[in-house]
Amino acid sequence: MTKITFVKHDGEKFEVDAENGTSVMNAAVDNLVPGIDADCGGECACATCHVYVDETWFPKTGGTNDAEEAIMSLNPDRQETSRLCCQVPVTDEMEGLVVRLPEFQF
Amino acid sequence: MSVAEREFNHMFGKDPYSIPLEGYDVSQPELFMSGTELPYFERLRKEAPVHYCNDSENGPYWSVTRYKDIMEVESNPAVFSSEPGITLADPEPDFDISMFIAMDEPKHGDQRKTVQDIVAPTSLANLEPIIRERIEGILDTLPLNETFDWVDKVSIELTGQMLATLFDFPFEQRRKLTYWSDVATTIPGPDALIQSIEERQNILLTECLPAFTELWNQRVNEPPKGDLISMLAHGKETRDMGPMEFMGNLMLLIIGGNDTTRNSLSGGVLFLNQNPDQYDKLRAHPELIPKMIPEIIRYQTPLTHMRRTATEDYTLNGQNIKKGDKVAMWFLSGNRDPEAIENPDDFIIDRERPRQHLSFGFGIHRCMGNRLAEMQLRVTWEEILKRFEKVEVVGDPVRNYSPFVRGYAELPVQLRPIAK
Repeated sequence: MTKITFVKHDGEKFEVDAENGTSVMNAAVDNLVPGIDADCGGECACATCHVYVDETWFPKTGGTNDAEEAIMSLNPDRQETSRLCCQVPVTDEMEGLVVRLPEFQF
Repeated sequence: MSVAEREFNHMFGKDPYSIPLEGYDVSQPELFMSGTELPYFERLRKEAPVHYCNDSENGPYWSVTRYKDIMEVESNPAVFSSEPGITLADPEPDFDISMFIAMDEPKHGDQRKTVQDIVAPTSLANLEPIIRERIEGILDTLPLNETFDWVDKVSIELTGQMLATLFDFPFEQRRKLTYWSDVATTIPGPDALIQSIEERQNILLTECLPAFTELWNQRVNEPPKGDLISMLAHGKETRDMGPMEFMGNLMLLIIGGNDTTRNSLSGGVLFLNQNPDQYDKLRAHPELIPKMIPEIIRYQTPLTHMRRTATEDYTLNGQNIKKGDKVAMWFLSGNRDPEAIENPDDFIIDRERPRQHLSFGFGIHRCMGNRLAEMQLRVTWEEILKRFEKVEVVGDPVRNYSPFVRGYAELPVQLRPIAK
């Protein structure tokens, strides 16, 4: 289990124990974190699991992959540390990961 | 041989399982107008989920009918191109209107980014009170306990007002937007809104294009503001568009915001009448509205399919699609796929994960107006529940003659007021 903190747009925090081998998106959905819609169910096809990774953590999430880049390049709310969290695997290295949620999923 | 002289294997009225799979053509508009199309797709999902139809009004094409296979096509825009067009009917020769829904990267993304801010969730918060006021205005003038056409008085009126707002189009002329959208999507025929393709082109070129050009000229000389025409006129990627590309993108935004929302507004009324237990549940729990809206959109699937064209040979679920082949992703069928959605033929207003449906498509071409559509429908149902005990369907709906725009030409209803 790996501890991940989701911070909502209004500052409310949700700390969850995520199962290794799943995705950060699954960790949010399984623990009923509001604000992660994940409409496509983890196929990197909708951009509704968008998060801003804390800067110090961003390199550890691995880079944005090509499929993600194609979708995210169209997202008006994108920032430098944006990721689609269905594309971020949960590993031991992620212990303590903090991600912030955008105001809306688009 | 012309299309009219060719003999097609007409499927309407026949048991789907009695028809040979060769020549099995789910794109025949009679199936949709009669509301009998779904069992024909069910057979394809079961027996030939990636199916080649060797002849149709629009030539040969593949049908992709399972949710998972549709996702695979949507996720690979390099192999499954949106050019030259996104419907089974090919673009009309010598009438080259172009729109970004039918473009590949990078042009699609560049043009889409120019206009998507207007439907981004942040703008929607500003639009919501305006939309609510307009909906209240429409609902408050409807007659009680007497039959009228919900499609005309509510669905069309509401979407027309919305489009006029988004385009900052002269409000009193808003039905022109609806009319041009219908002209662009109607299949020409003797009893149809238009009789021929030439008539369609003539109306768009002599009525629609000049009207929008005038608005463009006006907006381009004003400071940029938040309406769609101003955004296109000032956008870096769109300000140098030629007239046909300008009209194409406008038509895309009009059609995108017109048929889809209109038919979901009508469909919701119909589905709640067909499922009185769900209507009861809704009245008892109006807080379910946000979950019900995506369910209505799934169940209606107002655009039945999008077409792609293979840019190279590709094997999909065991079938060999050849470079140049047309591929129809039948969202309507994927939305009824029991492998992806539990009890898909049931209309359930409080489903878990109701947004997991294909009606908006997925991938880079995913509908950019999805949140706007949901918001309009949500606000409409909030206001309906405040006023009416029931929007009661009192006759059969008249359905569209189209394998693409799935919806209603008429829906007779009576309104029952809430007892005071």
